[in-house]
Amino acid sequence: MRFHTGFAALFASSVLFSAGSAGAVDLEVTHWWTSGGEAAAAKVLAESYDKLGGDKWVDGAIAGSGTTARPIIVSRILGGNPMGATQLNTGRDAEDLVKAGLMTDLSELAAKEGWADFIRPSKLLDACKYEGKIYCVPVNIHSWQWMWTNPSVFKDAGVNPPANWKDLVAAAPKLKEKGVIPLATGDAWQVDGIFRVLLAAIGGKELYLKIAEKKDAEAAAGPEMKAVLQAFAEARELADPGYVGRQWNEATSLVLTGKAGAQVMGDWAQSEFGTAGKVAGTDYDCLPGLGVYPMLDTGGDAFYFPKSDNPEVTKAQLKLASMLVSKETQVSFNLAKGSLPIRGDIDLNTANACMQKGIKILADSNNVLPAYEQAFSSDTQGQIEDLSTEFFADKNMSVDDAQARFVEIITEAQ
Amino acid sequence: MSTRPSIGEPRGRKPKRFLSPASIMIYGILIVAAIYYLVPLYVMIMTSIKGMPEIRLGNIFSPPVEVTFQPWVTAWNSACTGLSCEGIKVGFFNSMKILIPSVIISIIVASVNGYALSNWRFKGSEFFFTALIFGAFIPYQVMLYPLVIITRELGIFGTLTGVIVIHTIFGMPILTLLFRNYFVSLPPELFKAARVDGAGFWRIFLQIMLPMSVPIFVVAVILQVTGIWNDFLFGVIFAGTKNFPMTVQLNNIVNSTQGVKEYNVNMAATILTGAVPLLVYFFSGKYFVRGIAAGAVKG
Amino acid sequence: MPNKRPFAPLRNFNAKVAAVPMIATVLVVFVGCTLWTVVYSFTSSRSLPVLDFVGFDQYERLFRTTRWNVALKNLAIYGVLSLVFSLVIGFILAALMDQKIRFENTFRTIFLYPHALSFIVTGLAWQWILAPTFGIQKVVRDLGFETFEFSLLTNSRYTIYAIVIAGLWQGTGLVMALMLAGLRTVDDEIWKAARVDGIPAWKTYVFIIIPMMRPVFVTTLVIIAAAIVKIYDLVVAMTNGGPGIASEVPAKYVYDLMFSRGNLGQGLAASTIMLTTVLIILVPWALMEFRPTNRKGGAK
Repeated sequence: MRFHTGFAALFASSVLFSAGSAGAVDLEVTHWWTSGGEAAAAKVLAESYDKLGGDKWVDGAIAGSGTTARPIIVSRILGGNPMGATQLNTGRDAEDLVKAGLMTDLSELAAKEGWADFIRPSKLLDACKYEGKIYCVPVNIHSWQWMWTNPSVFKDAGVNPPANWKDLVAAAPKLKEKGVIPLATGDAWQVDGIFRVLLAAIGGKELYLKIAEKKDAEAAAGPEMKAVLQAFAEARELADPGYVGRQWNEATSLVLTGKAGAQVMGDWAQSEFGTAGKVAGTDYDCLPGLGVYPMLDTGGDAFYFPKSDNPEVTKAQLKLASMLVSKETQVSFNLAKGSLPIRGDIDLNTANACMQKGIKILADSNNVLPAYEQAFSSDTQGQIEDLSTEFFADKNMSVDDAQARFVEIITEAQ
Repeated sequence: MSTRPSIGEPRGRKPKRFLSPASIMIYGILIVAAIYYLVPLYVMIMTSIKGMPEIRLGNIFSPPVEVTFQPWVTAWNSACTGLSCEGIKVGFFNSMKILIPSVIISIIVASVNGYALSNWRFKGSEFFFTALIFGAFIPYQVMLYPLVIITRELGIFGTLTGVIVIHTIFGMPILTLLFRNYFVSLPPELFKAARVDGAGFWRIFLQIMLPMSVPIFVVAVILQVTGIWNDFLFGVIFAGTKNFPMTVQLNNIVNSTQGVKEYNVNMAATILTGAVPLLVYFFSGKYFVRGIAAGAVKG
Repeated sequence: MPNKRPFAPLRNFNAKVAAVPMIATVLVVFVGCTLWTVVYSFTSSRSLPVLDFVGFDQYERLFRTTRWNVALKNLAIYGVLSLVFSLVIGFILAALMDQKIRFENTFRTIFLYPHALSFIVTGLAWQWILAPTFGIQKVVRDLGFETFEFSLLTNSRYTIYAIVIAGLWQGTGLVMALMLAGLRTVDDEIWKAARVDGIPAWKTYVFIIIPMMRPVFVTTLVIIAAAIVKIYDLVVAMTNGGPGIASEVPAKYVYDLMFSRGNLGQGLAASTIMLTTVLIILVPWALMEFRPTNRKGGAK
């Protein structure tokens, strides 16, 4: 039975191969920051971590969006081969993993460093809490409610650059005549993003809160919601047919090269303008809340640290956690990423015009909306995404049909 | 069925003159079909040797005005995924590490299996075989979750061993079917004579069956090389980050756009990733048809 | 020592040892995972499996979901079209190749090479060719046909057909190879006899050759059908289910719900339906095909 011994030897050798070494730890960090601006921001983190000495940041980038990366990350944690640290969106994404006791508890470190005293808005830290303990580190604030425009495109077409959503809709025919795409968008989640933003910007804060927090089916059936869907029906007329399968940063690049007039996208789009050397206020403009209701939600990226049996790894994890919230990292990282820092005690005087707008809006807590990811389970988010993308692609689907389906989803949502 | 020494030779009607109306039609249809099959490859190659400005202006079918091999060099050596800019070459060696043991082990297991099922049937063997064929129809996604749990319990999740075991499991249905059919088609007299001589299970397999089975082994190698090389899902989940295969790297390169999408680099990376199975097909396509003729045809 | 016929479980011992990997795979992976799937499809499991039974709730929701119903419809369209066309085209190409033509090797390689490429590659290449802004549509328009419309990928109603085209491109070569192999096993005598009787070639194919090739058709059917049910990568690479939900397929629904949307129960319910459908189609066929018969060469 030579074959069987051979098989056994092969097993043994690969088990040996996978055994790790002691001492300084190679901390593998998975994330899906692979676009130009994002990769630059990830690099800031990697370099700062390596500078601390000893442990090393091993980059585990998984390209695509969270949709590609999340299943891989989750299955590796479940499979008992966890990475040292991983990016995940704050909110309910990771809740089940925390519940199953698969994440490192950061409460002690957080208490020692006094995270609760400087993390602003405090909601960010709440999203990391489960049964009073802290399991993740928020690293930035991202908000969805922005529209990015290229003013010169509008001037070339003989219209004023839009100050709000209505202006864009009105200018669209002129842009189309010039062969310019009025609104650049792409993959399903980007289309769904437009819907989310319209929900807050056209529907207003009251409707947003009723739907996101109370799951109020009556509000979902009401006239305000209908107005949101009507605006969304206008939006589907503004996109070009080539949007299917387009990446978000390709859409951004259409705007910054003047092939498209506007894009509705979260503030991370800003890093693309930044890396292309464009100046806020002149080369491009930003309209928080689509220029209608200037309110922002406070989603964002966070890092989780899967539990490890190796105390060296745990030590390296805590070191990274502490670094992520430190002042220096927060400044340099967020400037690269185009997002807002999570600390209330740093002064971003280097921030550009658009970031300043965002900081000003968030300073008033009345303008802060709860993040979509925290309000809805990823399942409900998925159902809404299915509906919004179907509606966007199928011009025969009426506003009333869509609203009826939306009411159904909200009724079922938990 | 008797043995057929001439398997693999054309067996249609009598040859005819090259320019008869019938043969013009035959060649016409074949050429049209060939064009349909070649267009995507043509587009990929042409795009990969154009510069970006030319891609943006020209149409995808036109040959390059200026030929450049820079995209190929970039794709192999320095295309970026996230922080690392080492190109697709890392994945190439990882894929090899996964491919070679997986192909060998899955074929050993499936051939012995097929042999046991054809010549040494036991109670229940037909049941297990039928169940195995059903297995070919179960979408992988369905089994992913429990498999993660099983491999975790075995301690092989995220290792090379893990991904090899997974490939062996999923290669089993179709390969076993092919091997079983092939062994059934061999003349039973050979087997009976060996039994009379007192040869046992392994001896008959190694000394009589193996030497006669080269064609079907070629088919199995081709199918497995293609299947395993092109796998994305198992590699990304079961192999562990250290062993990410080339397809995963390809996805990373194609999907991580840094500013403008570099179509030429993407296409070059795509062709490079497809190169190994393509070469296998180009050089062994002939044996493939012959082997298939022997393994798939007789049920 | 099989010759001595010891007591029953030890008889044919080596063959049983050899079949251990297969038996383990069938019991643990295929049967085990299937049972696991069915059991957990009746629970409310979200990201992690929990045994909290909720009856048929997941199934009720499944069939109320437009996306799932669209996915089923797409699978039916894709399945029927690719089955029919790959068999027909594959057979015709094989029959033409079997006419003692020149350059047989070249043609065979051309038809077969797409099968060597992964669906990810196939999807990217076809997405590129069919994209309205720089693919066929643009090229034809640049030639002066301003109104030429060829936007399979962006028109919801036709996207699934674009996927069929790409799928056929990749798959028919293999069918051709299988059919060609089958044709090569047909005895020359049959052709001679048919010619003597003055039966036209097409009639010989339809009434004599094809019925003789039943085993090849069966193997081919198994291979194509197994691939059809599992279609996933191609859709992800070409359209990612879009525009909207127009090109969704069941396997993608399962994957999304289980892994990106943290609703295992729902994903497992969808996979149970897929499995049931496969079983309904396969069981009668398997009963016919693999019923225990006394075949030559068994160790009896």
